[in-house]
Amino acid sequence: MVATAMQTGVAQTTAIEISHMKVYYGEKLAVDDVSLPILKNKITAFIGPSGCGKSTVLRGLNRMNDLIPGARVEGEILYHGRNLYAPNVDPVEVRRRIGMVFQKPNPFPKSIYDNIAYGPRLLGVKSKAMLDEIVEMSLKQAAIWDEVKNDFRTKSGLALSGGQQQRMCIARTIAVEPDVILMDEPCSALDPIATQKIEELMRELVANFTIVIVTHNMQQATRVSDYTAFYSIRKQETEVGKENRWGVLAEYAPTQQLFERPAKQETADYISGRFG
Amino acid sequence: MSATALDQSALRQEDSFIRGLRNRHRFGAIWKRFFQGATIFGLIALILLTFNVLNRVFGYVAIVNRIEPSSLSDRPLEELSAEELGVILIESAGASFNPRIGLANLIPGGLGTQNSNYIANRDNPIGELIPNVPAEYAAIPLGEITSEQATTILSTIATKEDLLDLVKLYVVGEKVGDAWSLTESLFNRAAIDEYAAANPNAKIEFRNWLSLTFLSNRMSDNPLVSGIRIALLGTVWVLVFTILVAFPLGVGTAIYLQEYSTGDTWLERVIETNIRNLAGVPSIIYGLLGLAIFVRTLEPITQGRTVISAALTMSLLILPIIIINAQEALRAVPPSLREASFGLGATKWQTVWRSVLPAALPGILTGTILGMSRAIGETAPLVIIGAATFIATNPDGPLARFTVIPIQIYNWTKDARPGYGEVSAAAIVLLLIVLLTFNAVAIYLRQRFRRALQG
Ligand SMILES: Nc1ncnc2c1ncn2[C@@H]1O[C@H](COP(=O)(O)OP(=O)(O)OP(=O)(O)O)[C@@H](O)[C@H]1O
Ligand SMILES: [Mg+2]
Repeated sequence: MVATAMQTGVAQTTAIEISHMKVYYGEKLAVDDVSLPILKNKITAFIGPSGCGKSTVLRGLNRMNDLIPGARVEGEILYHGRNLYAPNVDPVEVRRRIGMVFQKPNPFPKSIYDNIAYGPRLLGVKSKAMLDEIVEMSLKQAAIWDEVKNDFRTKSGLALSGGQQQRMCIARTIAVEPDVILMDEPCSALDPIATQKIEELMRELVANFTIVIVTHNMQQATRVSDYTAFYSIRKQETEVGKENRWGVLAEYAPTQQLFERPAKQETADYISGRFG
Repeated sequence: MSATALDQSALRQEDSFIRGLRNRHRFGAIWKRFFQGATIFGLIALILLTFNVLNRVFGYVAIVNRIEPSSLSDRPLEELSAEELGVILIESAGASFNPRIGLANLIPGGLGTQNSNYIANRDNPIGELIPNVPAEYAAIPLGEITSEQATTILSTIATKEDLLDLVKLYVVGEKVGDAWSLTESLFNRAAIDEYAAANPNAKIEFRNWLSLTFLSNRMSDNPLVSGIRIALLGTVWVLVFTILVAFPLGVGTAIYLQEYSTGDTWLERVIETNIRNLAGVPSIIYGLLGLAIFVRTLEPITQGRTVISAALTMSLLILPIIIINAQEALRAVPPSLREASFGLGATKWQTVWRSVLPAALPGILTGTILGMSRAIGETAPLVIIGAATFIATNPDGPLARFTVIPIQIYNWTKDARPGYGEVSAAAIVLLLIVLLTFNAVAIYLRQRFRRALQG
């Protein structure tokens, strides 16, 4: 499964190139000097101990951090050769191209139809026929169509089960036709069966999308991802009893390689459960 | 440690544990009693209040006439035409009817009580007092007009409604001799019989003061024919314009403060803190403000003491309530909803308009209900900005002169003559009904939005 292009020698296209990314919350450094490529039509997994900055980096990729007062990103995040943080880039457009699925399913308190149509409507799509088509396509792509096809126009998104809600949220993200889908622990609130469905879905979606997923579940990372980035925490004692902690990218490699032959001891410790 | 000592200590612990538990339960029970007591106290107060008002809305009334209407006409007075009523008035001119005082009664916005209205306006040309007086009489001061002239003017400008009032007031001289509450009517018949024996001419009948004629009549000096129509319309007009002004402004301010303002600048912080203080400012201060700004400064636009001036003043009064509640409702919208919207590429405005506002609407409406209830019952600011105490014509728009139900209640309540307490009780019940109606509409809307949200 992880017979990646790198190993087979075929040239890879990069969807997003993260280069020397630093994120601050106010004065506090949260993530230091992260550089890695997010390869096109691949699933990249972010793993690492709690608080190491996985979500922070992920949210930095579609400028969701802009919504947090005091959050600041340094370095370059290149998307189609343009720095996402360049002054002339509109975060609204970035978020449409680089969509996001959140840890907790967050449907709008509207019908399933209106949930999916929310994004296209933002872009000004008004034609009913077109919206109908987008909604059906998205629900099908997110593998939830069969479960809701009878009542998706009237049923509230909140009336779905957690796993269905999460797939609906994925469908909602797909509906605006992004390039990249960011997922922050999308299965952490779901049972194993719902989790498996989402994982299968991700494998299907990766043909058309580039996916980045944050997960705490090693098996999940090995099952679904092509590449894995392991983040870890650096500490520095400032004065007695006080210390600064920030996250760094410890290792990035094809998933199989990272889990079978980690280059660093701390990676090996983490994936074998001796750390974090 | 010996075995017995161990047993004893275990026993002691057990014992104190049970004792502690019993204490905790007892403590809880005491508080529960207190909460129940507080609820019952409120309930009793509410029942007493309602009873006290309703008690005066129904009951026996003794009607005393100076002249029996049957001696004036074969038909009931209400069925007579304007001409016939005019003839009755003219025939009794001099005896019981002074046409000049009758004329004074038609002055819009005057004081209402017949003689004081005449005295107050004696020196003013009647053309200035009554707009539609024929031109040839317009310049004559009210006090210098002759009886004949007054009769002619009356017959040209008085409506049938005016004439009927005048006939009842001056010719028939109908008035309430005495009125009894519902409990008195049921349990104290002796007092009523005693009154009937002492006044053989009095007609005693059971009366529902909150009748359809009470709703449809305008106010009058005679509580038997006095009605609430004009004040009711005034209340509705003022309320509608108050909502039209205060709702968008209040919600707009709340959205700005909650969603856009970062609270960083000095000005934003001052505004934020002061809105809370404004909610506590006595309403009479708002009346003074309204008088200075809307009635005086903006007179060219508002035309003075009009519905729109009142509505703007009331809007100022309830704005803080609406803003604070709307802010609270916006704050309660889960951040995940905003994230979902932004994550799909929504702009700030799209997020607010399509996600945040619909989710906050039920809470916003709750605040609006509170504000409206306040506006319906508020009297002091309207007294200050000069709601009229006596108006003969329906308010018909934002620029009309007006009065409102609470002011009418106040005027009737302070009048000690029999019958006035009863009409004011009827007006209070009506005010409560208006309040409940407006609230019911808002609550219905709120439930609908809430259900729409939950799907
Ligand atoms: N909104 C915020 N304001 C200030 N500090 C924050 C904020 N969000 C995260 N941080 C800090 O940034 C660091 C990284 O947090 P982040 O949420 O990215 O970690 P994570 O790797 O996603 O952890 P987890 O696995 O628990 O989700 C933490 O030290 C956290 O305290
Ligand atoms: Mg996280």
